[in-house]
Amino acid sequence: MAAPEALTTNLPAPGPAPEAQARPLALYVHWPFCASKCPYCDFNSHVADSIDQGAWLRAYLEEIDAWAPALAGRRLTSIFFGGGTPSLMDPDTAAAVIARARRIWPAAGDDALEITLEANPNSTEAARFKAFRAAGINRLSLGIQALDEPALAFLGRTHSAAEALAALTRAKAHFPRVNADMIYARPGQTIAAWQEELKRLMGEGLGHLSLYQLTIERGTPFFSAHRRGDFTLPSDDDQAWLYLATGEVLARAGLSAYEVSNYARAGEECRHNLTYWRYGDFLGIGPGAHGRLILREFALATENYRAPADWLKAVGECGRGVKAELPLTAMVRAQEMVIMGLRLEVGISALDFRAVTGGDFADYLDRAAMARLTQGGYLSRERGRLKATSEGRLRLDAVIASLLGTAHGG
Amino acid sequence: MTDLSHIRNFAIIAHINHGKSTLADRLIEQCGGLSARERRDQVLDSMELERERGITIKAQTVRLTYRAKDGETYEFNLMDTPGHVDFSYEVSRSLAACEGSLLVVDASQGVEAQTLANAYLAIEADHEIVPVLNKIDLPAAEPDRVRHEIAAVIGLDADTALAVSAKTGEGVGDILEALIERLPAPKGEAQAPLKAMLVDSWYDPYLGVVVLVRVLDGEISKGMKIQMMGTGAVRQIDEVGVFTPKLVKVEKLGPGSIGYIAASIKTISDCRVGDTITEHRAPTAHALPGFRPSQPVVFCGLFPADADDFEKLRESIAKLALNDSSFEYLMETSAALGLGYRCGFLGLLHLEIIQQRLEREFNLDLITTAPSVIYRVHLSDGGEMELHNPADMPDPVRITGLEEPWIRATIMVPDEYLGSVLALCQDRRGVQLDLTYAGDRAMVVYALPLNEVVYDFYDRLKSISRGYASFDYQIEDYRQGALVKLAILVNGEPVDALSMVLHESQAEARGRALCQRLKELIPRQLFKVAIQAAIGGKIIARETVSALRKDVTAKCYGGDITRKRKLLDKQKAGKKRMREIGNVEIPQSAFIAALRTGED
Ligand SMILES: Nc1nc2c(ncn2[C@@H]2O[C@H](COP(=O)(O)OP(=O)(O)OP(=O)(O)O)[C@@H](O)[C@H]2O)c(=O)[nH]1
Ligand SMILES: C[S@@+](CC[C@H](N)C(=O)[O-])C[C@H]1O[C@@H](n2cnc3c(N)ncnc32)[C@H](O)[C@@H]1O
Ligand code: SF4
Ligand SMILES: [Mg+2]
Repeated sequence: MAAPEALTTNLPAPGPAPEAQARPLALYVHWPFCASKCPYCDFNSHVADSIDQGAWLRAYLEEIDAWAPALAGRRLTSIFFGGGTPSLMDPDTAAAVIARARRIWPAAGDDALEITLEANPNSTEAARFKAFRAAGINRLSLGIQALDEPALAFLGRTHSAAEALAALTRAKAHFPRVNADMIYARPGQTIAAWQEELKRLMGEGLGHLSLYQLTIERGTPFFSAHRRGDFTLPSDDDQAWLYLATGEVLARAGLSAYEVSNYARAGEECRHNLTYWRYGDFLGIGPGAHGRLILREFALATENYRAPADWLKAVGECGRGVKAELPLTAMVRAQEMVIMGLRLEVGISALDFRAVTGGDFADYLDRAAMARLTQGGYLSRERGRLKATSEGRLRLDAVIASLLGTAHGG
Repeated sequence: MTDLSHIRNFAIIAHINHGKSTLADRLIEQCGGLSARERRDQVLDSMELERERGITIKAQTVRLTYRAKDGETYEFNLMDTPGHVDFSYEVSRSLAACEGSLLVVDASQGVEAQTLANAYLAIEADHEIVPVLNKIDLPAAEPDRVRHEIAAVIGLDADTALAVSAKTGEGVGDILEALIERLPAPKGEAQAPLKAMLVDSWYDPYLGVVVLVRVLDGEISKGMKIQMMGTGAVRQIDEVGVFTPKLVKVEKLGPGSIGYIAASIKTISDCRVGDTITEHRAPTAHALPGFRPSQPVVFCGLFPADADDFEKLRESIAKLALNDSSFEYLMETSAALGLGYRCGFLGLLHLEIIQQRLEREFNLDLITTAPSVIYRVHLSDGGEMELHNPADMPDPVRITGLEEPWIRATIMVPDEYLGSVLALCQDRRGVQLDLTYAGDRAMVVYALPLNEVVYDFYDRLKSISRGYASFDYQIEDYRQGALVKLAILVNGEPVDALSMVLHESQAEARGRALCQRLKELIPRQLFKVAIQAAIGGKIIARETVSALRKDVTAKCYGGDITRKRKLLDKQKAGKKRMREIGNVEIPQSAFIAALRTGED
């Protein structure tokens, strides 16, 4: 494939859509602390002795304020408190952040604003659910991870299965919408055992589940343990079988796989995450947060300082904790939109693609690969959408590499 | 300039590791050639690879000044030679420049295959030979037994052989005296027109091409305009000198002397080893007969691991060729490996050394294809062609016959290992020609197809004899063989770098093994990959790399799309190392690994 620069110059200048300022906006707020660090996790999370909640609140508000002028007139569709463990945040902090964001970017209506908080299912945190609900949180995402005690121990979790289920019950009582995160394809996990675990969870009647296959991330304790051979993951084939079995159980319960790892009843999809996958605009606040914004003049990728202290310092000095702010070429936008969009069951709409890139799929993707992948049953084009088939989504990384001309063939 | 009667020129020859270079150290030392600070073990092995492997690759010449017991001062020109069979061309050239040889034999080992081969070369060169029994300091040394072996196996009078230890220096003084007494002084006419032999040449970063010469008649001096009689090149001499072993400039070199000249020579084609150098305006009437050109016997492809490095490889090969006239190279294009060279070598060690020198001295990362020999192909139209590269094999229907080179191999081995050695030779289609004993050591002579030897014969021989067998060979003749071309196909397309010619009895097993190996090496892809082995168009083995089952990131962390994209960019950078064969992109590393292991 030609160099991105070369290609972009031959295309109709896409530029940001004229109605850029009217593009909806999602707000991500990163809370970088946890009570303890799980051995598989490479999220930007740290265990701190003491946290100055007041300082964090001031910094969040300051960074939001700093972005206000550039994003004036935007309509806010979601707020997501992610982590780390944002349920360790003072509920008042969350309330103040929500209030400030709503003041600057009014939402269409109360209903239109989805506000999610990630929480760990420990009893101490569950005790604060009521306060979080009062602060304005209307969707809780609970990291249950497993309902099997040895698995919870393996994952280094500090809660039992019973404690997690109790937290879930409490969450359902307080929040209109609840999600549970699970980690599967764990060492030695059988399909039968996983189906059993899933069935127990389904019994809770949740409308949304995030089911992630265990990933070994560089730099985590699991990475070295895995390399040492302390444990082995299920084979690719077994991971595929586990994935397919998962989809079946969920489908029978009426939850469809609207994204690679996310399942929901119709209408229960996470709007905030949908914004990422649809390559909509989102502003990232807090340490290590990323943003993607199509402004009137240009498109922008932002990346905040990752270390909590660095971010606090940067915000203190210049109002924003941005470490890098890079313009996004049309080629990069196209690539990112494909990387994200094909994760969705519905794929990418050609109209949306043109709005973001100024061109058609064929202008940016390897045409021979597209033909081969379509022919091979991994891709499909129907009613103006480019989507990965279920077989394609199972191998999405390879499919995308192929489409972007970085393939191992295929 | 030294009077001819006070000059002695000699080569030190031996089987590999019998102590030539160590003996050279002692001789240099006793003649005061180096200060204590400059000394080190095997000081003449100056190349990094020589020091690392503890072997001599390149012959080296040293001028020594010796004050003999008779009170006179003599000039010695010593040539330390390599012992390995692949470098016997270096030995022949050195022998041509001298009148005598020190034949070193390890007294704890006895006569080995290259002792014999090099002794014969010296005899052929009309040398006076002084046998030296080395390593007598070792408890296992048996000088008497070895003396007997020298007489029995080589047919030399060994009664006067000198017993020495190159390690301790014991007996080395006697060698110096024996050289004066037993070796003839060189002959030559200082007044006659210049006649000098071009013994060797190499590239020096400061001097350019340096030429090692042996003067026969006349004198060669700075400023003189010389002509290479064979190539016709005319050059003015910038510098004349000798190695002591340090490089020392001298005014001129007279008859009988060995030294170097530098004459702003740019290309190696100007200086062919064996050529006669004479004075441009007053040439000698008779050129020297010259050397028999070296014959590469093993061929392989050399490719840059990174396709971008081809230019660098091109320059590096040309430079290296200045240092080693015995390897051939020709540009080649491979679908699997890109642009590279098909190179000819004197043997497998030579191949390995050239590859490593290119990698180290020129900082290249190289891939070598399976070594092959030259086949003669008889075509149905009556024509004949020499096949250097199995990928170039004509269609089987156009072929009426194939011939392959056979060698005459001499193997010396303690009789307890004889059985396994015979079995190995038999297994490699060998035909026994001779079997004799000297004490409890056997000498077997076999006719063997060279292509059976270039794979792993030497390694196998060493391992079945626990390192005790030694091996030497000469190319004998070409013989008709039941040879076939084995091709490896990926999704129906042949992988040129993996095709080979071999005996039909082995083709199927090798084809099967290669398919299996490739199956392990080719990563699963979105679509299944068919790997096949074919002999003359008939598929004899088939493997399938099944399609990738699952390859998807479970979670795209928040909005960090950058991370995912960077990962893809990294893959893109790795794409340079991918080769497209039959619609499949295969990491070049898979071919490399197949080449490295395809030899079992
Ligand atoms: N004990 C003992 N070891 C020796 C003696 N001479 C040489 N060696 C050892 O034998 C080994 C080989 O010696 P080299 O001098 O490199 O042998 P070479 O004949 O030059 O070897 P190539 O040039 O590779 O053919 C080294 O480890 C030496 O130290 C000796 O007189 N006694
Ligand atoms: C930011 S984390 C979690 C929030 C919360 N702190 C918790 O642990 O419950 C979001 C989710 O990512 C998933 N996750 C984290 N690391 C993972 C890994 N290495 N492999 C698979 N899923 C992982 C977990 O399910 C986790 O709940
Ligand atoms: S999984 Fe959750 S609790 Fe565990 S370290 Fe990561 S963010 Fe913290
Ligand atoms: Mg040596």
